[in-house]
Amino acid sequence: MKAKWYVQTLKYLVLALFTFIFGYPIFLMIFSSFKSNMEIFTSPLSLPSSFSFENYAEVWEVVDFSSYIWNSIIVSAASVFIVLFVSSMAGYYLARYNFKWNSFILLFFMIGLMLPMRLAVIPLYMMMMKLGLLDSLFSLIFVYVAGGIPFAVFLFYGFFRTVPRALEDSARLDGCNDFQIYYKIVLPLMKPAISIVAIVNLLNVWNDFFYPLIFIRTDALKTIPLGMLTLFGEFDTQWNLLFAGLTISSLPMLIAFIFASRQFMDGLTEGAVK
Amino acid sequence: MSSHIKEKGYFQKRKLRKNMVHLFLLPAAVLYGVFQLYPLISAALNSFYSFNGFDRDQFIGLKNFIVLFTEEPYKGTFFNAFKHNWIYFFVTVFTQLVISLFLALIIHSKIKGKEIFKSIFFLPKLLSVIVIGFLFSLVLNPTRGALNNLLEAIGLEELTRPWLGSMDTALFSVIFVDSWASIGFSMLIFLAGLQAIESEIFEAAKIDGANWFTVLRKITIPMLGPSLLVMSVLVFIGSFETFEYVYAMQGSSGGPYYSTDVLTTFFYRLAFGTTDGGQSIGLGSAIAVILFIIIGLATTLMLLIFRRKDFER
Repeated sequence: MKAKWYVQTLKYLVLALFTFIFGYPIFLMIFSSFKSNMEIFTSPLSLPSSFSFENYAEVWEVVDFSSYIWNSIIVSAASVFIVLFVSSMAGYYLARYNFKWNSFILLFFMIGLMLPMRLAVIPLYMMMMKLGLLDSLFSLIFVYVAGGIPFAVFLFYGFFRTVPRALEDSARLDGCNDFQIYYKIVLPLMKPAISIVAIVNLLNVWNDFFYPLIFIRTDALKTIPLGMLTLFGEFDTQWNLLFAGLTISSLPMLIAFIFASRQFMDGLTEGAVK
Repeated sequence: MSSHIKEKGYFQKRKLRKNMVHLFLLPAAVLYGVFQLYPLISAALNSFYSFNGFDRDQFIGLKNFIVLFTEEPYKGTFFNAFKHNWIYFFVTVFTQLVISLFLALIIHSKIKGKEIFKSIFFLPKLLSVIVIGFLFSLVLNPTRGALNNLLEAIGLEELTRPWLGSMDTALFSVIFVDSWASIGFSMLIFLAGLQAIESEIFEAAKIDGANWFTVLRKITIPMLGPSLLVMSVLVFIGSFETFEYVYAMQGSSGGPYYSTDVLTTFFYRLAFGTTDGGQSIGLGSAIAVILFIIIGLATTLMLLIFRRKDFER
């Protein structure tokens, strides 16, 4: 049965409308970042008359963008790596060894999946203060790792249960110890789970604003999202700088998406459904 | 160390190796226990205490909750924010379930360029919520913003207004910005659900002469049950956890005149924004507990329904 032509046309019209709604603000952000403040004011909707990178150079000067980017990279990389490492081991443990307390431990991790962690921010703040970690990147890394663990443990647990035990048994006969089995035999089979956990956590950590807002005071220790607050606080009338800043902070993920759009979309979908 | 172990008996070595296995669990359990579970429990207990600065002072039972529910200005602010969370939920359910499902159905049907449309609709999900909030504070600016300029350009001047500055439109503007950012992702979840339905069912329905709407009502929506449920609960949790969009566009007091104030911004002000002799930390913790209960109940409900579904199969 062939779809009727007017139904098809209507579908494309709807899709075009939503393409405009979703794409235009991002498009606007990027092309406005090349305009002068005057040009944004006089012709806000048109394309820039010339592509100059002046705004970028200036925004780089007026706020400490290189520190913000560097801090974001360190915090994201450390958090994602630690979450992957400790959660995959815990998931392996829960899936492979039948200790009596396993169901209790699953419940223990389940609590973290069910309750919104940011509401525990007052005790976290006090704890970081006592540990002397307030206003340091470590406070962020610890919080992101702890926040990422429950979801990652459950995901790895689910994936590890699908790996047949026969593989490990033969490796054990060949003289591998438990850690070698995990590291050399089972982990390489976990690529789909690793990419889901990595992408979900990377997006969360890279884009998070809440914890830096609470924990970080020193300008040189701010991550990009908190740095945007500084920028918007100090230069709220210079929209050329604001658009340039917004574009810089969005570009890394947009570029990553161009190269791995499938992984991003599949990873986040599976992460939510599982 | 290994040579030392080798000297010992075989059984001792086995036992040591067996205990070593627990090292797999240890790092995750400790990190999560110390930096998440303990603060969560501590946050809940804090609601029963009065505070001196950031330190617990005295156990005062339910007094924080009583103050929050009965004493002005807390009572008025609390219920005002609570109401906004519910409005947030009901509007977002519409945008995220109805519009996302609608888009997913179109993309799932026979059209060209599926991947391109999917990617474009998904794009906002890549941006930080704070970046989106700031971006739209510019887009929705009354004089210089793109939306009002666009409306003027196409001859709809009477629709232009201070979207974020007027009490009538501020909350809805914030909710629509949130929806703008989330619709593409919900759409992907529905698409995954749609792809799991076998196409034979649709073919059979078509042969039986069912029209598009009947198929949607009798087959598609019931078969999408799990995705719809997941989305509703995620939307519910999101509506009560929402903070960044309000903070970025309206500030921590949910302006104008608290018309976009939500529980998390009220919580933030109590915990980190004001100094009124320490009472505010206890009150903030009480809000945290109320949100724990609301969100915990929603999640438990979802898990229970899924359990029952599993048994039915």
